[in-house]
Amino acid sequence: MDKDVLKEILSVLVQNPMRTILSMIGVAWGIFMLVIMMAASSGLENGVKSDIGNRAVNSGGVWSMMTSIPYKGFKKGRRFGMDMDDIQFLEENIQEIDVISPRCQAGGWQGGNNASYDNNTGSFNIYGETPGLVKIQPMNITQGRFINAADIKEERKVCSIGKKVFTTLFVKGENPIGKYIQINNVNVQVIGVIASMKEGDDSAEENESIFMPITAFQRTFNYGKTIGWFSVKSVDGYPISKLQEEIKAKLKIRKSVHPADQRAFGSWNMEEELADVNTLFASLKFISFSVGILALFAGIIGIGNIMLVSVTERTKEIGIRRALGAAPSVIIKQIISETLLITIVAGLLGIFFGVLVVELLNNALAGMGDSGSFRNPTVSFNVVFGSFLILIVAGVFTGLLPAYSAVRVKPIDALRKE
Amino acid sequence: MIQLENITKSYEAGGNSMQVLKGIDLNIKSGELVSIMGSSGSGKSTLLNILGMLDNYDGGSYTLDGKLIKDLSEKKAAIYRSQFLGFVFQSFNLINFKTAWENVSLPLYYQKVPRSKRKELALQRLEEVGLLDWAEHLPSEMSGGQKQRVAIARALIADPKVILADEPTGALDSVTSMEVLDLLKKVNASGKTVIIVTHENEIAAETERIIRLKDGRIISV
Repeated sequence: MDKDVLKEILSVLVQNPMRTILSMIGVAWGIFMLVIMMAASSGLENGVKSDIGNRAVNSGGVWSMMTSIPYKGFKKGRRFGMDMDDIQFLEENIQEIDVISPRCQAGGWQGGNNASYDNNTGSFNIYGETPGLVKIQPMNITQGRFINAADIKEERKVCSIGKKVFTTLFVKGENPIGKYIQINNVNVQVIGVIASMKEGDDSAEENESIFMPITAFQRTFNYGKTIGWFSVKSVDGYPISKLQEEIKAKLKIRKSVHPADQRAFGSWNMEEELADVNTLFASLKFISFSVGILALFAGIIGIGNIMLVSVTERTKEIGIRRALGAAPSVIIKQIISETLLITIVAGLLGIFFGVLVVELLNNALAGMGDSGSFRNPTVSFNVVFGSFLILIVAGVFTGLLPAYSAVRVKPIDALRKE
Repeated sequence: MIQLENITKSYEAGGNSMQVLKGIDLNIKSGELVSIMGSSGSGKSTLLNILGMLDNYDGGSYTLDGKLIKDLSEKKAAIYRSQFLGFVFQSFNLINFKTAWENVSLPLYYQKVPRSKRKELALQRLEEVGLLDWAEHLPSEMSGGQKQRVAIARALIADPKVILADEPTGALDSVTSMEVLDLLKKVNASGKTVIIVTHENEIAAETERIIRLKDGRIISV
């Protein structure tokens, strides 16, 4: 489109500035909504995904439950536990295991007070852990250290405490390292403070936990070699769900559980969790995009309407142009260009204000600190560019109807019109 | 320049076919100043529209500068119009949001003449009709006579062979009418064929030849 043609188009559009602006608002609003809605769904997605923290994607947990099929002389409904030997067995027999971390838990949810220091007491989750845990479920170590191999080997009565545990039991500014806290009346020395890397409820759970070496935990609380469950991470590139199936199969043989028993073991993994979250957000995005696009179409139809009115009003002007040598194709091009120019300018304005609002929101959220399940709303360039393309195509099609109606009137009839 | 042979034209109106032109034979030579007269309903406007390629005819043949003008596509008609014809209308038909020079230059826009060249030519034409000082004015700021002079300048801009004027003085008082007519005579003197449709005897009397129409036929040439 050269400058001359553009000038001609503009000279027409500025004839009725109010009408041009109003019809532009329709499209600008549509694309603005699209941008905002896409940003909102991405903000929600970012928020929820950060709740999950940066736990290894190829990780999960396995626990034992009750058998549901009689097998090898055992009745169904048998409870069978797992112990440290089972972990060692798995570690030695399955190559695809990257990290396996047996775990025990005591106290916790709605339990009574179980930990104290000085005159402060609190109710916390008490975990028996191995150093492998932080490789599966990373945590920030803010002071001291986490459990190490020597702690396990020597069954040291030490613990790393969550940041909430620290603030509950200790006075602000006190150095907890080396101090002894009482866990169920047993003295345990604090070796470190950790902070969760998750968001929301999950982070509260971690920050209210006390982590002891699993061997010391078992001895202190009379667990013997029994474990509660274990976390496991597969080697890179190996799907965790597949690894879990292999682990269960091996354990079934070892524990004399029927190979087809589906209820003997429970498990979860990040892979499935993420797949669920991803499906949810894919549909959310789809809905946002659909609604946004529909709003956009409403705006475009508005422009089509206005153009139709405009060409009807301009019948005479168009008749003059045709009498002066404008071929129908030239008129059609002019009307389509007018429509297109309005849509493009309106679209750019909508995108500009949409992105502006998203950026302002981002700044406001950043200033707020913890923003819950909504963070960092963004719109991808692809979405913006894609909807802009749709806009242009729709603009051309919208221009077609008024353009053809403009040349349908014969110039002679157009000129006669007063 | 213009040969019409047995031109017929009828309109459909309310289920009835009304024959407006009942066989027109006419010959207009290059450089002539001709007027077409007739009362309303005589078919003079229809004839002018056919001459101006703004309307099709049913039967006969129309030859303009050796080219048969029949069943033209809109596109072809637009090209021929811009090559051969300049229009002057009773109601001026200027585009009201364009200045005088922009109105004058519009035919050249559709011939893809660059803007600066358009302006140069338009100013030249405006000077010829004595309106150079009004080049940047909008039609709404001008008198009827001035508007019609702008329209004549516009009709001349693409250097057409024939000027078709449909009641060019119909909306003007008698003094301005004569001015406009003088201008058209000047245009004719420069070698262009000028055809004026009018119902005013004083105007027709100033032309070289009067073609009288009645009920779709030519009654005198």
